Amino acid sequence: MAETNKVDRSKMTVSDEVVVSMDAVNKWYGSFHVLRDINLEVNKGERIVICGPSGSGKSTLIRCLNRLEVHQKGIINVHGIELNSDLKNIEFIRREVGMVFQHFNLFPHLTILENCTLAPIWVRKMPKKEAEEIAMRFLETVKIPEQAHKYPGQLSGGQQQRVAIARALCMQPQLMLFDEPTSALDPEMIKEVLDTMVALAEDGMTMIVVTHEMGFARKVANRVIFMDEGQIVEENEPEAFFGNPKNDRTKLFLSQILNH
Amino acid sequence: MAGSKTKSDAYQGFVRTEEAPLMPPPPSETGITGWLWQNVLSSCADFTSVGAGIRSLLMAAFTVFVAWLTVSISWSLIDFAFLSAVWEDPDGLKREVCWTEEQGGSLPNGWHGACWPFIMAKMKFFIYGPYEMSELWRVDLTALIGLVGLVWVLIERLPYRRHAGVFLLTIYPLIATILLTGGAFEVEYGSLALTAFVGLALITVGRLSQRRILGDSMATFAGVYGVSGWLIVIYAAIMLVLSADVGLMAVDTNDWGGLLITLVVAVTGIVASLPLGIVLALGRRSNMPVARILSVVFIEFWRGVPLITVLFMASVMLPLFLPEGVNFNNLLRALIGVMLFSAAYMAEVVRGGLQAIDKGQYEGADAVGLSYWQKMRLIILPQALTHVIPGIVNTFIGLFKDTTLVSIIGLFDLLGAAQSTLADAAWASPVQGHTAYLFIAVVFFVFCFGMSRYSIHMENKLSHGRKR
Repeated sequence: MAETNKVDRSKMTVSDEVVVSMDAVNKWYGSFHVLRDINLEVNKGERIVICGPSGSGKSTLIRCLNRLEVHQKGIINVHGIELNSDLKNIEFIRREVGMVFQHFNLFPHLTILENCTLAPIWVRKMPKKEAEEIAMRFLETVKIPEQAHKYPGQLSGGQQQRVAIARALCMQPQLMLFDEPTSALDPEMIKEVLDTMVALAEDGMTMIVVTHEMGFARKVANRVIFMDEGQIVEENEPEAFFGNPKNDRTKLFLSQILNH
Repeated sequence: MAGSKTKSDAYQGFVRTEEAPLMPPPPSETGITGWLWQNVLSSCADFTSVGAGIRSLLMAAFTVFVAWLTVSISWSLIDFAFLSAVWEDPDGLKREVCWTEEQGGSLPNGWHGACWPFIMAKMKFFIYGPYEMSELWRVDLTALIGLVGLVWVLIERLPYRRHAGVFLLTIYPLIATILLTGGAFEVEYGSLALTAFVGLALITVGRLSQRRILGDSMATFAGVYGVSGWLIVIYAAIMLVLSADVGLMAVDTNDWGGLLITLVVAVTGIVASLPLGIVLALGRRSNMPVARILSVVFIEFWRGVPLITVLFMASVMLPLFLPEGVNFNNLLRALIGVMLFSAAYMAEVVRGGLQAIDKGQYEGADAVGLSYWQKMRLIILPQALTHVIPGIVNTFIGLFKDTTLVSIIGLFDLLGAAQSTLADAAWASPVQGHTAYLFIAVVFFVFCFGMSRYSIHMENKLSHGRKR
């Protein structure tokens, strides 16, 4: 586990503004009930970590928030806009919500810089020069400006994931979703990605992170959510969550994930 | 791992104290000997056992046999085409220049070689067919403009390549049509104006529904109205340009022939089939049932019918269904047939490329907020098409060679033109056919091999630095 260096909490403030609200959300894959009665509110500035065994629906949950997955019942509001089949709403929300995937999903035929400027240029209609300046700034934030003109295939996994974070940041989103960002990485690369995410949290970004990195959860999260079999089983502040879990399933999961 | 370990001593582990030296490779890996080892000797120089020795001897014998076969076949071809060939006909003897003494000529009996003077004499016919002699410069000019444009687009170092490409795909077809046919198409300006008006109206409807002024149900198909409107307007504009009388003599397409027809059919098919194929492939993978069903029906219909049938249908059956007096140009019918036929094949090639793209690429593009068309154009298609360059070029080459089938509906393409010259008694000789077919084969090979090499070049270029 990464060494706990001090986290600067000065900018980590949670406001009253609700960014995400999920109200009695249900989702099925065919006849499989994958999300069951999900109720969740996320305020601006919150850092939420979602954990749980595989197949518990945690990835599906955050993928519903930018409609990579379609929910069948219940209401999801992001930035006060309801997610339904209206393409305009979906496109608006996707502009405001950044996402980082387990397998990076960088565009291999474009350079790092082009990966970062593509969406600002085509979606935000930003002039190319301005987009490149912003991209270079965020590539500096994730500490790889010198790789800007290489292709994703020439970078290591950790570097690629940092580029993916920069690419999402270039759209200057209000909310960042992380879908197991370190699960596909070699151990020595996990730290560099987590450090980037910690820095992002220190800047006050609203984040929802699906991860098994409990060290990150302890350090950065203000709420930890445990999911199992499509339901939110337990939800608490990290200290209480790790120190005094109440549900048996949570206890079992934590004992399995922490004792190895 | 390494280190000596005896039963009596306790195991001490192993610690390397000096670096293992870096050594040069053995001679079987590099240089001329390495090449020989890897390409010739690897299969026939192993005598370590009786079995391996026998196998090596057999392989050696087989290698020698294949080498002999290759050399003797190439030798007879070289002999026919170059060494024994008749090159000149200084006295204007025509057919007799390629006759042996037995046949009444002056060549030794048993002679077998190419009769190149026959090809030279018919060269114009091979290239232009029965095109009006005084107007051949128009074909040459068309070819020249096209060639310059093509070279410009294909060579990566030249500036303004994008402009050259746009020129080739938009203005050049118009120029070529006017130059080759003479322009001055008969057009009823009244109905043309009406067509243009319908197109403009559709564009307006599209714009209005995009802004949701006409209600939500219209908004869903805003793109469809807009695109079809633009297509109609573009059609009207093209017809207007083609109807202009630029003072060139009209040359009927029935008087076109030879390489001209081959290239017109092949280039039109190649240029039109790729975009059509892409649209069909996207349609086949679309979530919209209507688009998907239409694409599937279209693709399966054209793939299920032989090209010869398509051409026959186009030239014989189609006129029966058209109202009386409507006369569709024979060449245009063949062009449309070839175009739709190859588009169906192209669609399946492109679909193969689309299927090779990881789902994560779609999600990555969605997550940054790209629209469907942006996602396809900027992310999915560039990768999918790169994957299937071999398949695309395969289809191009197949199409190029399939153009020879148009001779079946009375269009004299290169092969048809060559065959018709065989009936010319003035050049009748036993080697007349051999020479003509060899020549045609070489011409086709040059074009197809050129496409093949360029595709390999493109593959190497596009794969550079992008491998995952």
